[in-house]
Amino acid sequence: MLGSEQPILSVDNVSHDYGRQRGCAGVSFDLYPGEVMGVVGESGSGKTTLLNVLAGHLTPSTGSVRYRGRSGGEVDIHRMGEPERRLLMRTDWAFVHQNPRDGLRMNVSAGANVGERLMAIGRRHYGNIRGQAVEWLERVEVEHGRIDDLPVTFSGGMQQRLQIARNLVTGPRLVFMDEPTGGLDVSVQARLLDLIRGLVTDLGLSAVIVTHDLAVVRLLAHRLMVMKDGYVVENGLTDQVLDDPQHPYSQLLVSSILQT
Amino acid sequence: MSPQSESGSAFDSAYNFAFLDEQTKRMIRRAILKAVAIPGYQVPFASREMPMPYGWGTGGIQVTASIIGPDDVLKVIDQGSDDTTNAISIRKFFVRTTGVETTESTADASLIQTRHRIPEKDLRADQILVFQVPIPEPLRFLEPRETETRRMHALEDYGLMHVKLYEDIAHHGHIATTYAYPVKVAGRYVMDPSPTPKFDNPKMDRMAALQLFGAGREKRIYAVPPHTEVKSLDFDDYPFELPEWQDVCAFCGAEDTFLDEVILDDRGKRMFVCSDTDHCSERRAAGHAGPALFDGEAAD
Repeated sequence: MLGSEQPILSVDNVSHDYGRQRGCAGVSFDLYPGEVMGVVGESGSGKTTLLNVLAGHLTPSTGSVRYRGRSGGEVDIHRMGEPERRLLMRTDWAFVHQNPRDGLRMNVSAGANVGERLMAIGRRHYGNIRGQAVEWLERVEVEHGRIDDLPVTFSGGMQQRLQIARNLVTGPRLVFMDEPTGGLDVSVQARLLDLIRGLVTDLGLSAVIVTHDLAVVRLLAHRLMVMKDGYVVENGLTDQVLDDPQHPYSQLLVSSILQT
Repeated sequence: MSPQSESGSAFDSAYNFAFLDEQTKRMIRRAILKAVAIPGYQVPFASREMPMPYGWGTGGIQVTASIIGPDDVLKVIDQGSDDTTNAISIRKFFVRTTGVETTESTADASLIQTRHRIPEKDLRADQILVFQVPIPEPLRFLEPRETETRRMHALEDYGLMHVKLYEDIAHHGHIATTYAYPVKVAGRYVMDPSPTPKFDNPKMDRMAALQLFGAGREKRIYAVPPHTEVKSLDFDDYPFELPEWQDVCAFCGAEDTFLDEVILDDRGKRMFVCSDTDHCSERRAAGHAGPALFDGEAAD
């Protein structure tokens, strides 16, 4: 078997409970390099819980999440030490929050936001850090004249793009996104989606994208999982699931979109 | 003030020696020992209420009170000066509660409590320097959560500290932090050297004397043992730099000391003088003299 055909992320029977309350239950899937997995479902269906478990923010009640690193070795992300996990999170992984305020440092400039991950992995050359910050701001279409401005002075869409730049600056291989277009108006959403799609393709990223917006997954995701009450009720290729939904809930979800 | 301490000097016997009770001193000494064993690590301790408000150096006072003995010679400085309100109050406190001998001379002191400055004169192995610290956590203004900053220390996760320096350069063109300039101690813990000017950072590096830091309100003690490496953080292309003055001390003519600016009138006349008063008067006693100052010739 070729190395590239091995999954980058293997999720095996993952469940997470909040006490008696079910977060997500019995989720298994493999994510392959360059693949984008969409997770859809209504509010409270366990999408975000699942994403937080995958990204190592929450410890699963049962099951395991294994990540295959650049060297090809597999690690269980909930069994590895905290220093290694933190290193992984800021080198190989990225997490884009729904609310940019959760993912940005609001009291330091845009340039410092982008540079933080570089400094965290030990870069100590100001000129190089700044150079990369400028480059990434341009890449996400933030005017580089704004590099020394605080993120609070940015519009919502700019903040979200800044958050993406901040995450991608270290060249991650795997990106987790939680409703990346939530709370943005439609035209800004469209541009942001376009940008994300371009970046994912150019950089060959693998991604897990959680959203309730089917248009987002239609545009970005190769594969799709539909969640309800913590369980995955249907999964398959995105077009297949959206065009020919099998589970009653998926049918409801698809039919509730205005058809043009 | 009638009873006698063990060494024969008088102190107010209404108080235990050095104000704190013996159990409290033991507790603080244990914290100090731990701090010395882990250079730069902030050790929590059960800070006591002192007969002085927070911000007056209650942390430093508790550290001093737990290590002071009847034979010690105490020097207290505030901003380099022996005769400011804070220094005088603390010195009087210790004279009343311990009866120890006090001095203004750096060389004669065995124990020096300081706020904001390290004496210009090199300290010796038989001396101890105690700092009063308002905010012991160097990461505080970047990461307000104490749970998170402690975790960052534990994991040596210090990228954030450079974010602050990055911001300085981005906004001012150079590292504009001039006091409480973060240092890395013994290659491991990042430490706030208390609000001493960065001019004093190099003095901390491999100092022969033991340096103890006490933060009363924040309930933390940390230490730099003798001859320990203390490195100021910087960037490869923006290295740590010492501040420079155009002027020399108006009293003693020193060119290599930390100078305070003194405004002389409302027409912009001013002069610069050594902040370390003891060092300055010693130099004058040795015959050094600064530029004439009261004849209108003072610096622009």
